[in-house]
Amino acid sequence: MKYFLRKTGWLLFAILIALLINFILPRLMPGDPAQIIVSRLDGVEPANLEAIRTAFGVDTDRNVILQFGDYLVNVAQGDLGISISHYPTPVWVVLRKALPWTIGLIGLSTIISFLIGTFIGIFVGWYRRSKISDAIISLFLFIRSFPYFWLGLILVYFFAFERPWFPLGGSRAVTVSWAQRWEFIKSVAYHGILPAFTITISSLGYWLLTIRNNMINVLAEDYITVARAKGLSTSRIRNMYAARNAILPSISGFAMALGFIVGGSLITEIVFSYPGVGFMLYQAIQQQDYPLLQAIFLFITLGVLIANFLSDIAIMALDPRVRDGDAR
Amino acid sequence: MIQDTFKLFVGNKKALVGLTIFLIFLIIAIFAPIIAPYEIRQSSDEDGQFPMRAEPGGKHLLGTSHAGYDIFSRLIHGTRLTLMVGIITGTISTFVALTVGLLSGYLGGRADDFLSFINNIFLVIPSLPLIIVIASYITMRGIMPIILVLSLTGWAWGARVIRSQVMSMREREFVQVAEVLGESTLVIIFREILPNIISLVMVTFFTSTMAAVIGQATLEFIGLGNMAAVTWGTMLYWAQNNAALLYGAWWWFLPPGLFIGMLGASFALMNFAIDEISNPKIRKR
Amino acid sequence: MAETILEIDNLTSGYQVKQGRVEAVKEVSFKLGSGEFLGIAGESGCGKSTLAYSILKLLEDNGQIFSGSINYGGQNLATLSDKAMKKVRWSKISMVFQSAMNALNPVITIKEQLLDAMYAHRPGLKEKEAIARAKELLELVNITPDRLYDYPHQLSGGMKQRIMIAMAMILQPDIIIMDEPTTALDVVVQRNIIEKIGDLQEKFGFSIIFITHDLSLLVEISDRLAIMYAGRLVELGNAEEIYKNPAHPYTEGLMASFPPLVGEIKEVGGIPGKPPDFFKLPTGCKFEPRCPYAFARCKKENPEFKSYDSSGRLARCFLAGEER
Repeated sequence: MKYFLRKTGWLLFAILIALLINFILPRLMPGDPAQIIVSRLDGVEPANLEAIRTAFGVDTDRNVILQFGDYLVNVAQGDLGISISHYPTPVWVVLRKALPWTIGLIGLSTIISFLIGTFIGIFVGWYRRSKISDAIISLFLFIRSFPYFWLGLILVYFFAFERPWFPLGGSRAVTVSWAQRWEFIKSVAYHGILPAFTITISSLGYWLLTIRNNMINVLAEDYITVARAKGLSTSRIRNMYAARNAILPSISGFAMALGFIVGGSLITEIVFSYPGVGFMLYQAIQQQDYPLLQAIFLFITLGVLIANFLSDIAIMALDPRVRDGDAR
Repeated sequence: MIQDTFKLFVGNKKALVGLTIFLIFLIIAIFAPIIAPYEIRQSSDEDGQFPMRAEPGGKHLLGTSHAGYDIFSRLIHGTRLTLMVGIITGTISTFVALTVGLLSGYLGGRADDFLSFINNIFLVIPSLPLIIVIASYITMRGIMPIILVLSLTGWAWGARVIRSQVMSMREREFVQVAEVLGESTLVIIFREILPNIISLVMVTFFTSTMAAVIGQATLEFIGLGNMAAVTWGTMLYWAQNNAALLYGAWWWFLPPGLFIGMLGASFALMNFAIDEISNPKIRKR
Repeated sequence: MAETILEIDNLTSGYQVKQGRVEAVKEVSFKLGSGEFLGIAGESGCGKSTLAYSILKLLEDNGQIFSGSINYGGQNLATLSDKAMKKVRWSKISMVFQSAMNALNPVITIKEQLLDAMYAHRPGLKEKEAIARAKELLELVNITPDRLYDYPHQLSGGMKQRIMIAMAMILQPDIIIMDEPTTALDVVVQRNIIEKIGDLQEKFGFSIIFITHDLSLLVEISDRLAIMYAGRLVELGNAEEIYKNPAHPYTEGLMASFPPLVGEIKEVGGIPGKPPDFFKLPTGCKFEPRCPYAFARCKKENPEFKSYDSSGRLARCFLAGEER
């Protein structure tokens, strides 16, 4: 129970920090943040200037702490300001369109990558002295050295440009709509294969290498020797004694890995012109749409923090020592 | 201890391959002006204008860019800046990680609480979005901001790992003996503990540097670097911006990415070798 | 003498490392009788654990049996296939390991760990019966049967060790090897456990090979004692007689190394020198560098392990049985 409370506390605190960063950054820039932004837009009415100010919680008449309070209230209500590049659409509305694509693509890819990577990794760790294991490790170490987006570029070049097996980009064919249910789903799946494959392959190595290292450490433990002395079957020792223990550090490291994976995956969207949060980020940067940029940062951070929290809960379910309040 | 580690390192095949690759890149960076046939913005020579978007061949080993610059030369010249930013960032990150890790791990108590707290914040907030947000606010586009931003977000992982290693070292006999003998804290940290975590420091350095190279390339790819400079990352940016895929100009993005990968592979190899050497459970007979 | 249940014949096993081959067990031969309590003593690193692991073929990675045979139940375990060996393990020969701290799988319950040993060897076993047997054994080692549903971290060191003993007995094996089962525990708990082991042996009649570096534990409860040095047996015989009259200088040194609780106050001796380096063993007697009685022949020749009188005692010393 203490564990649960502690982790919940962390989650809330980290969210607060993220909001604080969002709040402070525009103020670190010299000058009035709203003015600076406005100077990039032509013909903004004073009323809208106020709206932009609200986006940053900038109200130079009020005390900074109170401004922060206002900002928090706004965020809680879903008011993240007005987007500059999509002026006058509110940021939240702009973001709402991109979120499902990203959650779908990255969510699915990460899960698949975790499952495959861990599965292969268990065997690579178990048969740690075989040449195949060495080859697999070398392969993924090599893949891991490349930026995700570059792998995306290569894949698109070879499988969409050179041979038109897959579309060059986008999330679905422009000609289909949700109304044509089946066609739509097929198109989405077809367009998603290459980007999903890129992200999966790029992040697979991390899971594989982590659990392989964990397996090697676990296999040196006494209880593995005892399991062998008991004459248990190979699969039982590998699954219930080795893997079951090896997976624990993998899950606790999930959050840190996720931050990196999400970052790389977002950039990959750019290569595929996939209309998710990453692509939106790219456009926001190019057009210096700060409200949008900040909102995206908030959402990404929130997503990762929540995933982190969920993995902490998972650890609680899987490790009896944690359940009983052992300091971890 | 340090001498032994070095001997084992040089004797390890993986380490040698990695080191060799790295040294090759270093040589390219240092001797760039001699190796590269043309300047980075040279669009003509005495024979006339360079063709634009030319495929690899003839005078241009890796073809030309959208504006007619020689890709091969840009790749060579770009190595210098890329490597420089990567290594400087890696060094700073490692230094900060080492300091925080050593102090936090050895001193414990309030100092540890405070440092770990900060460490955890940087660990938990996803680095890439943070980097992007900070970088996009910095209007001055240059090398220093990139180095700063990447260092700021790059030390957290190393600090955490070093801290736990130092904490386990603290309980070892030779440290306790030194304490009993009344050695000062600084002496203990530098004379007893530091030499024993050298391999970890090396791994931290290689990992941080590699992360910096990829981080730099990523930032530049989305347009947040100094676009006037030539690095592997900016080359990728221009490739994307000039619609390389539409023209099928694979020579715009393949070489810089390949270089990033090879550099990364060299670090990964050296890391793997260090791991093998220092972790007896993995060590081959 | 009861019937022989295990016969080790000229066993040599150890590890293959970069510098060469470490023969942690060298030409060891002995017989184990049914229901017998055989203690094996020697310094740390003398090969005792390697011997134990060799019998169950648990040597891994770079460890292996180089030569010799381990005869049990009409089979030579040393050359048995892994599949056949699995059938022997635990149901015929089981083991209690050195440190119970890490010998139990931390993420599954005690119940699961006791039961899976049973299921592995008795496929048709029903869960109710298995649980009943498990609880029976817990009671035997003085642990509340409800603890069956606990996780290892919820138990104390002494309890974990007792569970290891219960687990070793669960399939009623013929032989239980105990590799320093009490070393990690405090003295009082040690005593309790040793007594418990003695009781259980009397009740169920299994043979025990008890390995330790602490001779004081063994002397009272062993039937026979074997002393190992540098991977070789240096003395083997009736425990009480060895205690009264050690034949090998090393045994003598070991006996003198611990103070008896009762009796006259003696000066505690020790054995000078360091344990042998397996890569630089002397050509003659391996104990010669540290032996107070060594003479010229000891440097040149390695004494045979043989009996020197009619008592059935075997020793590896030129001066065995003589006045020193």
